[in-house]
Amino acid sequence: MKKEIFMARPVRFNIHPKEANLNSSVLIGEAPPGFEGEGFFTTKLSELVALGRRNSLWPLPFATSCCGIEFMATAAAHYDFARFGSERMAFTPRQCDMLMVMGTIAKKMAPVVRQVYLQMAEPRWVMAVGACACSGGIFDSYSVLQGIDQIIPVDVYVPGCPPRPEGIIEGIMRVQDLVDNESVRRRNSDRYKALLNSYGIQ
Amino acid sequence: MAQLTSELIQNKLQHKFGDQVTNFTVSYGMLTFEAPKEFNLKVLQFLFDDEELMFRFLTDITAVHYPENAGKELAVVYHLHNLVQNVRIRFKVFTSIQSPDVFTATQLFNCANWMERETYDFFGINFVGHPNLKRILNVDEMDYFPMRKEYPLEDQERTDKDDEMFGR
Repeated sequence: MKKEIFMARPVRFNIHPKEANLNSSVLIGEAPPGFEGEGFFTTKLSELVALGRRNSLWPLPFATSCCGIEFMATAAAHYDFARFGSERMAFTPRQCDMLMVMGTIAKKMAPVVRQVYLQMAEPRWVMAVGACACSGGIFDSYSVLQGIDQIIPVDVYVPGCPPRPEGIIEGIMRVQDLVDNESVRRRNSDRYKALLNSYGIQ
Repeated sequence: MAQLTSELIQNKLQHKFGDQVTNFTVSYGMLTFEAPKEFNLKVLQFLFDDEELMFRFLTDITAVHYPENAGKELAVVYHLHNLVQNVRIRFKVFTSIQSPDVFTATQLFNCANWMERETYDFFGINFVGHPNLKRILNVDEMDYFPMRKEYPLEDQERTDKDDEMFGR
């Protein structure tokens, strides 16, 4: 008689995997308001541009410290901000739309952040993640830049020390709202030019 | 080879330099002593060359600011290591803040180059004879020496912080 092998902790395999339902796991961008008929759909060009832009924001992570670790968690499978169209981290400023500054920026690092910002093409958005990037945080010190808004304009501030991935995702969604609602011509406006001029950017 | 004790090091130094080396103390098992700043290279060279002492590794150079210590406000501290017997000592020279000139140790230790630049950067010690004495860690535009005690730690250009809330 065969001796029965008793397993204290049997390992089971999932032999009946669930069928993947794409519609439930992928965020589908809502169609802009427009006039619809059989075989055609009309809307404003600006709405279409906004739809495309907001759902394909390419982030440029500028991670210097612990907020960068939270960002890695945000980008990994569990939180997966690729769901928002930010799949590709392009580590070249020329291809990116959204600069995410995460972590303490020392004064010596400031020209680097600024140069990265200058190399990005318009339209560009900036997100300051964490207390240090927003305001210098606890580092009220001779060596630390007291918030990146001293050198470049910032669109969205995500507070926290560090913020949780949910916070970073919320920040991305706020950037998406900005992209959605801003006028196509905003970057040519006098107000925007004056803002850049106040930072010494032409 | 004789065991390199604090007493032995002290005796050899006093035999060589007499009354110039002073204030021998042992704190946490580490011998500390002082010399006039004109003697710093001679003492370092002696500690380096002596067959028994052989302090041939410069672990660190730093400085300390004692504002109340008139005429000897700045201390330059050398940490030396005998790698053969694994013995460490600390050697201090004092200088006034009006003329913080100390001879450079770069001829003796190549590693002193960056350490002295750092000490200059934070305390403004002028290392006479240093080949490239400029700031190493702080921004080049900085016009003061931030570790001196007359300068507050906080960033002074900041305008958005409410002084009452932040205790400044």
